[in-house]
Amino acid sequence: MSGFWSGWIILITLGNIFACYWLIRWTTKTRPGEAAEGDVTGHQWDGLEEYNNPMPRWWLWLFYITIIFGLAYMALFPGLGSFKGLLNWSSQGSQYGAEMEQAAATYDPVFKKFAALPIDQVAKNEEAQGMGRRMFLSYCAQCHGSDAEGAKGFPNLADADWLYGGAPEQIKQSILAGRNGVMPPHKDRVDAAGIDALANYVMSLSGREADAAKVAQGQQLFTANGCLACHGADGKGNQALGGPNLTDNTWLYGSSVDTIKETIANGRMGQMPAHADFLGEDKVHLLAAYVYGLSQK
Amino acid sequence: MQNQQTYNYKVVRQFAIMTVIWGIVGMLVGVLIAAQLRWPELNFDIPWLTYSRLRPLHTNAVIFAFGGSALFATSLYVVQRTCHTRLLSDGLASFVFWGWQLIILLAAITLPLGITSSKEYAELEWPIDLLITVVWVAYAILFFGTIMKRKTPHIYVANWFYGAFILTVALLHVVNSAALPTALFGAGDMMKSYSAYPGAIDAMVQWWYGHNAVGFFLTAGFLGMMYYFVPKQANRPVYSYRLSVVHFWALISTYMWAGPHHLHYTALPDWTQSLGMVFSLILLAPSWGGMINGIMTLSGAWHKLRTDPILRFMVVSLSFYGMSTFEGPMMAIKTVNELSHYTDWTVGHVHSGALGWVAMISIGSIYALVPKLFGRDGMYSTKLIEIHFWVMTVGVVLYIASMWISGVMQGLMWRAVNADGTLTYSFVQSVEATYPYYTVRLLGGLMVLTGMFMMAYNVWKTVAGSNKAADDAIPAAAH
Repeated sequence: MSGFWSGWIILITLGNIFACYWLIRWTTKTRPGEAAEGDVTGHQWDGLEEYNNPMPRWWLWLFYITIIFGLAYMALFPGLGSFKGLLNWSSQGSQYGAEMEQAAATYDPVFKKFAALPIDQVAKNEEAQGMGRRMFLSYCAQCHGSDAEGAKGFPNLADADWLYGGAPEQIKQSILAGRNGVMPPHKDRVDAAGIDALANYVMSLSGREADAAKVAQGQQLFTANGCLACHGADGKGNQALGGPNLTDNTWLYGSSVDTIKETIANGRMGQMPAHADFLGEDKVHLLAAYVYGLSQK
Repeated sequence: MQNQQTYNYKVVRQFAIMTVIWGIVGMLVGVLIAAQLRWPELNFDIPWLTYSRLRPLHTNAVIFAFGGSALFATSLYVVQRTCHTRLLSDGLASFVFWGWQLIILLAAITLPLGITSSKEYAELEWPIDLLITVVWVAYAILFFGTIMKRKTPHIYVANWFYGAFILTVALLHVVNSAALPTALFGAGDMMKSYSAYPGAIDAMVQWWYGHNAVGFFLTAGFLGMMYYFVPKQANRPVYSYRLSVVHFWALISTYMWAGPHHLHYTALPDWTQSLGMVFSLILLAPSWGGMINGIMTLSGAWHKLRTDPILRFMVVSLSFYGMSTFEGPMMAIKTVNELSHYTDWTVGHVHSGALGWVAMISIGSIYALVPKLFGRDGMYSTKLIEIHFWVMTVGVVLYIASMWISGVMQGLMWRAVNADGTLTYSFVQSVEATYPYYTVRLLGGLMVLTGMFMMAYNVWKTVAGSNKAADDAIPAAAH
């Protein structure tokens, strides 16, 4: 903030407060010729009149006390332009910083004691599972559901089906760095009949009923459009790329023909956010153990 | 020039009747969304009935349609009566009435369609914002033009407050609604715009507007109403002229600063947050000045409360005003705000102001006004006003108390941590815990709405029984 704006803020802030004080003093004065205290002022509007009563003393004291508090507060805390305040307090620095430090000192050791253990062992520890579950409800349940069974576009974590792999370290990696599941749109390259054929072929992969002629056409398009790059020649997917397995009859965005066609035509953008920076590795370790434990039951 | 010897009551009658009608509409929507919070399936999976679209419809309807009509009705009545002159222009008065009704209608259509600027209490899109500006300027000309041609030497205190409300709302509306319509930049949609301000500045402008909408629309305007109808109904002089001078100027100057208390612990710079908090605290005494002046006006007339339910509406409204203007500064203190922010406590606070203060002073004033506008000695049924008073008072108390408990409970649940630092409660658990309080709040809201239907019936019977409604004669020049 430039010196001018800082000065301007200080001027109008203190000016307004002082003006309130001046107003009280000015209004309290009795002037020659005015109505006596407790009498009406002499003005009339539609039969309405006003008493010339003084302001209640307790009310004036209330006013003064809030003014004094306000001035003291602005001397101690930031408020008057770029003046930092005598306590050198700031919300981001001293308050947030101090609270985070204190929290780290208290809670980090609790998580540290599990950080050295392998994830599959942490998954068997009751205390760790409780902590993991509580974190899951705070950070994960919004998308994956409090039962971890997911929703449209958000994977079910309680089954044995994994997009990026269900091994302990793969799960931890998904949470730490996040994932971007990109299915490109195909409507500009494949016509509507082609998309219909592809959808029928995809359905046939998991043994579902489909139109035989379309399946044959779809199989050709599957190869011709490079679907196998992510989903594999056999349609079984590729966990390294996050390409879903199309043969297991598990559907992230829905299993109807129309939904499958919509997925092929418009593509999908699935995003799992990264948690390394705001949770830290120790907490993610515990969370990964909780998620791993869900599919081991 | 015959009509220059009478007051223009036509526009006052129109706005007074619409106050009751819009009150019912706005509160009905409020009851529906209160029920949706308890039973979400009540949106019936119809987009126009979802909470997100009906909530702004509710706030716009109760603040600007119900509260606005009450302010138009009373200000246009009071300014004539206390200036001993007819309104500046009958044509302008009609324009203000029909213009405002059109704006309300457009709001009732566009908000359920999901057309919104997304600015709280200023959701209407830019074409409607422009219309509001035109109607508001017409209203300002009508009001101040009437003050200019007054026959009384001094300007009555009620008109100071109405005047401050009109000028400031114009300023707030124009600055906060500044936006860039996408159509001007070749991006099609006529009903879409983006705010002219970026990021944290937009948030600051929004809450400078939002808090002053409370301060000037919902406080200064209704204090104007209070300063006429309370001494009139009590038939006593205003308690203290000196107090009215100090609390008027202190109120309007300190309110301007208080907005940032809505943005504690956000991206807003620390110094701005501090100023918001400090001025909110200094605002306590100026706010209470209005309550003291209203309640003390009754000294020597307290016995009237036993027989006059209209006066009771007014005195209870002043009590709620005093309570919520104490609660507001407390909630503006950062330490308290840490607990109260984003919880139902805020909702309870708003409704102790909106139902307890704004609605009750309006209802009392409209009850006092209607018989005078329609040439009757009094309302059709005083007994029914009395029942309305009790039903509404109990309803408001249920509403506020349930939201206090629910809000403090939410704040405590959200901050509770286990020994390992994890949150004790998930968000959904705090939602589940609020259900009993949401049911009580719904009951309170239903009682308030029931009271409005009683009022509509009472007003209907009073108006229907009226002889030809006559405009009062303007008294001969009093010097």
